[in-house]
Parts: sequence; structure tokens; C-alpha cells
Amino acid sequence: MTAAEPVYRLGEFHSLNAAGRRFLYLVPAGAIFELDDAAAALLDSVGGGATRAELLRRLEARGIAEAEDLIEELRAARAIVTGDEPADDPAAPPEDFPLQTLVMNLTNQCNLSCQYCYEFGEDKVATPQGKPKFMDLETAKSSVDFLLEQSAGRRAVHITFFGGETLMNFPLLKQVVAYANDRAARQGRTIDFSLTTNATLLTPAIIGFLSENRIGVTVSMDGPPELHDKLRVFANGRGSYDIIAPRVRELIARHRTRPITARVTLTRGVTDVIRIFRHLKQDLGFHEVGFAPVTTSPDRLYAIGDRGMDGVLDQFHTLAEEWHQYALRGQMHGFSNVSDTIAELVQGVNKSHPCGAALGLVGVGPSGDIAPCHRFVDSDTHALGHISRGIDRAKQRDFLSRGHISAKYDCRSCWARPLCAGGCHHEAFVRYGDTGHPNLHYCGWIRDWTETCLKIYCSLSAQNPEFLDRFAEGKALS
Amino acid sequence: MRAVNRKARRIENQIDASRDEAFALQNPQGGGQQRPHVPMGCSLSFSPGWEVDSAGGTSGLCQPVERDIYDCYVTCFWPAQVPDHLNNYPDWAAKCAAATKDWRNLDLVFP
Repeated sequence: MTAAEPVYRLGEFHSLNAAGRRFLYLVPAGAIFELDDAAAALLDSVGGGATRAELLRRLEARGIAEAEDLIEELRAARAIVTGDEPADDPAAPPEDFPLQTLVMNLTNQCNLSCQYCYEFGEDKVATPQGKPKFMDLETAKSSVDFLLEQSAGRRAVHITFFGGETLMNFPLLKQVVAYANDRAARQGRTIDFSLTTNATLLTPAIIGFLSENRIGVTVSMDGPPELHDKLRVFANGRGSYDIIAPRVRELIARHRTRPITARVTLTRGVTDVIRIFRHLKQDLGFHEVGFAPVTTSPDRLYAIGDRGMDGVLDQFHTLAEEWHQYALRGQMHGFSNVSDTIAELVQGVNKSHPCGAALGLVGVGPSGDIAPCHRFVDSDTHALGHISRGIDRAKQRDFLSRGHISAKYDCRSCWARPLCAGGCHHEAFVRYGDTGHPNLHYCGWIRDWTETCLKIYCSLSAQNPEFLDRFAEGKALS
Repeated sequence: MRAVNRKARRIENQIDASRDEAFALQNPQGGGQQRPHVPMGCSLSFSPGWEVDSAGGTSGLCQPVERDIYDCYVTCFWPAQVPDHLNNYPDWAAKCAAATKDWRNLDLVFP
């Protein structure tokens, strides 16, 4: 008996048109190819499956020369397959994956009472009872040492300061910067810093310090006063816009060493994306503005709901097209949601996990507890160890194996999985009670958004490839 | 197809690399013109290879089995389970003048 002749079928890819050309997004790899006429003809000839002889005949009929080479090329790239290719799931990362970033929650206290806060709101996972409210210097120093020790081999590592409200523990922040710089310098390495703040406590002295030390700043801000003040309020219910607006202006005017970013949380009634973007980008002068819908269980009053989200997506598309036009002229537009995705498409990432949580990144709470990321800090359920004892490898393994893309059955057939990998672990826990559950409530939106960004990417690759090179070097924002 | 992101370029490089032939046993001269493949070492000298004779032993092979040591050690650069003569162990067989007689002088090496 002879072996059956192999039948060629289409591989797993998403095809799209941009700038009048045809492109393939090869799903298992995350690679993007532009099709020339011959390659396009081959893919069109495959139909529901064809043997090599049939393919060659069909290509000859279309006048395609060197069809043998073409078949080999597309097969090697897995644009066409015969079914005997080895599986290509992203491998599990090694257990001693070196840290890159440590998120240090300097305090779990906050001077605002934003109702939607994942740290204090109704869906919180934190259990701060009986734990320190402010991190002390010893814990902070141990965290720095821990980062340097666990990041062996990396020349540059990163610390993000977080809270609560980060600036409520500014004295510690200053000490940590000095200590970390000194420790890193002794090893011939560098640490860079960033922080997230609500901007209420910014002073000229603090702004001076942040600029001098090249500390990146992200401000949590939801737009013009009538939108921002809906949920970002003090404990007495008063909105915080009037307090922060002058401080933000001064921050942007005087902090010139790093781009200043705004991070907007979209909630029911705060979905006017374009107006929010214009205000933050043009009126206040942020360099980049990024949006994310609130993380919440679906029944909360501030949850956006499907119809609200569709309106958000429409406005995202308008801003994305603006971003595209800016990019064609070689200018940065400032809509982070596009910039961030483009940066991933440049590399062609194919994620085993949705983010670096518990992998290259961990969060450390005021008590010294280690969490997968800042969103899980102070949660007993999710703790992965303590700074004095290191990472509990069994718990880390459990977290990572549940979050691995191959454990998410629903994602198997989705072409957007190389970038999404099932989405935020914390969002999944709040929605489904399991950090490893795919965020099914977002699938349609994620695919829509990935397609939008892919089209922009492909169009630029044809019309202004130099612009994409900026992202390849990681210099787009500096 | 034209590669338009980094991952695609890596795939492209891999495809290009797989098209080139392996030159390990070939004569590197000849420039652009591919010359006939001229094998060296065991495949040309009809060495026993790591084989047995029809009776399952080594005495009936056309050459002494010990000859293989030199086919892998001296004339050939193919990786085999003997020390390499070219770079790291040029003196490994110095005390072994006739392999059939002196093979006991061949020792293990510890890289």
C-alpha cells in the first residue's frame, strides 16, 4: 500500500486588504506577509484542498511560473499546510524566567474614593485587613534587591510605583529611587522608573524630582470636568477635576524628560471617547492618552454594557483613522490604544500569556506580599509569596498554567489570540472567578480592534515603513 | 510574499537558510559553480561503519573494526562518539600505533 498523496489546505491565517494590497496575518506565528500576485493566486487555487499535481495544474492555468518554489515557500511559512506539521503552540516559559519589572505599591491608601476602583470597589480582590497601610523602607529595599537578584542577565530593569495613591508615600519613593540607582550602578546596570498617580498631590517640588530622575508619569484621569467628576471623587463626593487640572498642566509643562500619559477608565455615561481624547490631548497637552473599559462584574451600575461598548468602538475607529493619517505624515497622534498594538505587531508577538504578570512582572504590596501584578496586590487568595521568602514556585506555576493560551479552549480557533491570549487575568477573575478564564465578553471587540490596527499596520508598511521603524527601536514615544 | 514585520522576516530567513545545502563534507572551493559532491572518509573507503558481520560479530568484516576509530577520528570531521582530532584532541591516538593491537591505549576524554 502506498501512502496517500498529501493534500494541501489553507493554513491558519487572517487575510486583509490595505492600501490596495493583500496581506496575511499568520496566526500561530504572529507574522505578517504581503502577498504578491503569484502567492495570492496559489492561495486562491487551494480551494477546499488540492494535491500538489492539482495545484501545479491550476497555477499553470493562471500563468504562474516557478510554481514548485512558490508551493515550498508558502508551505514553509505555513500559509498552506498538509496536516503533518508539528504543533506550534507557544511553549511554556522557563521556570526561572527573569524579572523585568517590579510594581511597588507604596501604599494601599488613597485620598480619592472612585467608586469603580478595583482596589476598593465592590469587585475588589484585596484583603488589606491587618496589613500595613504604608510600605516601610526595609520592605522597599528588599524589593529592590529582590528585583535585581531575580533579573539576572538583564542590563536594564524597571520599577513602577503604584498605590493606593502613590504620592501619599512620596518620601519613600524618593528613598527607593536613590537606593535602587545606587544598587544597580554597583552592578553596572540601570533601573528606570515610572509611576501612576491621581495627580491630586503633585507639587512643584515633586514635579521637579520626577523630571530630574526621568520618572515616567501616568495620570489616571477621565476627561473634562463633567465626565471626570462623575466617579473620580473625594470621600465627600466632591469631584477632583478642579484640584488636578492645574497640577497636570504644570506637570506637562515642567516634566520634559519623559512622555506624560493619561489613562482613562470608561464607565457607563463616560463613553464620550473623542471628546475625552480632545480634552486630554489638546486642552491639557498629554503626550499619549489610553482608554480601557472599567473592570467590573456586568451588573454594577457603572458597567458599560454591550451597547455602550459598541459606541465606544465606533469612536475608537474614528481616532484610529486619525492616528493612521498622522502616521502617514510621519507624526505621532497620541492615541495609545493604537500605538501599543502597533508596537506588538512590529515584533510579531505570539503570546503564551496575555501579559507579563507573574512572569517578567510582579507586584509587591506594602506588607511585602508578592502578587502576580499590581491588580492582585494585598489579596490573600492570589499572593505568590513574600519578598523575604521569594516567589512560591508552585503557586506561580498554577497561576501561569491556568493563564497559558493552550489552557483556554475558547481561544483555539480565534485568529486574534497571538496578541490577546485570552485577556487580563484580573478581568477574568472579576468576571468569571478564574484568572485563567478567557475574557469571552470582549472577543468581538478584541477581534475588531486587532483588525483595525492590522490594517493600519499593513497600510503603513506599504506607504510609510520608516514610521514603523520607530516602533521597532522602541523610540516611538521618547 | 513580502515580510512586513519582524516575525515574518525571521520566517523568511529560515526559509532561505533551509534552501541552502549543507556543505559540511563538501569541497568549499568552486565559487558560484556547484561542483559534484565528493565524499571523504568512511563512505569512500568502504569502512565497516559501526556494524556487525553476518554472524553478529566483527571478525568477518572486510576491514578490522578498529579502523573505524580512525575513520571518525582522523579523516572525518563528522561528529561521532570519538574525540575530535582536528581541534581538541590531536594526540588522543598517539599511543596507539596499530589499532588492532594497541586499542587498549585509547582512553576516555573528559571535556
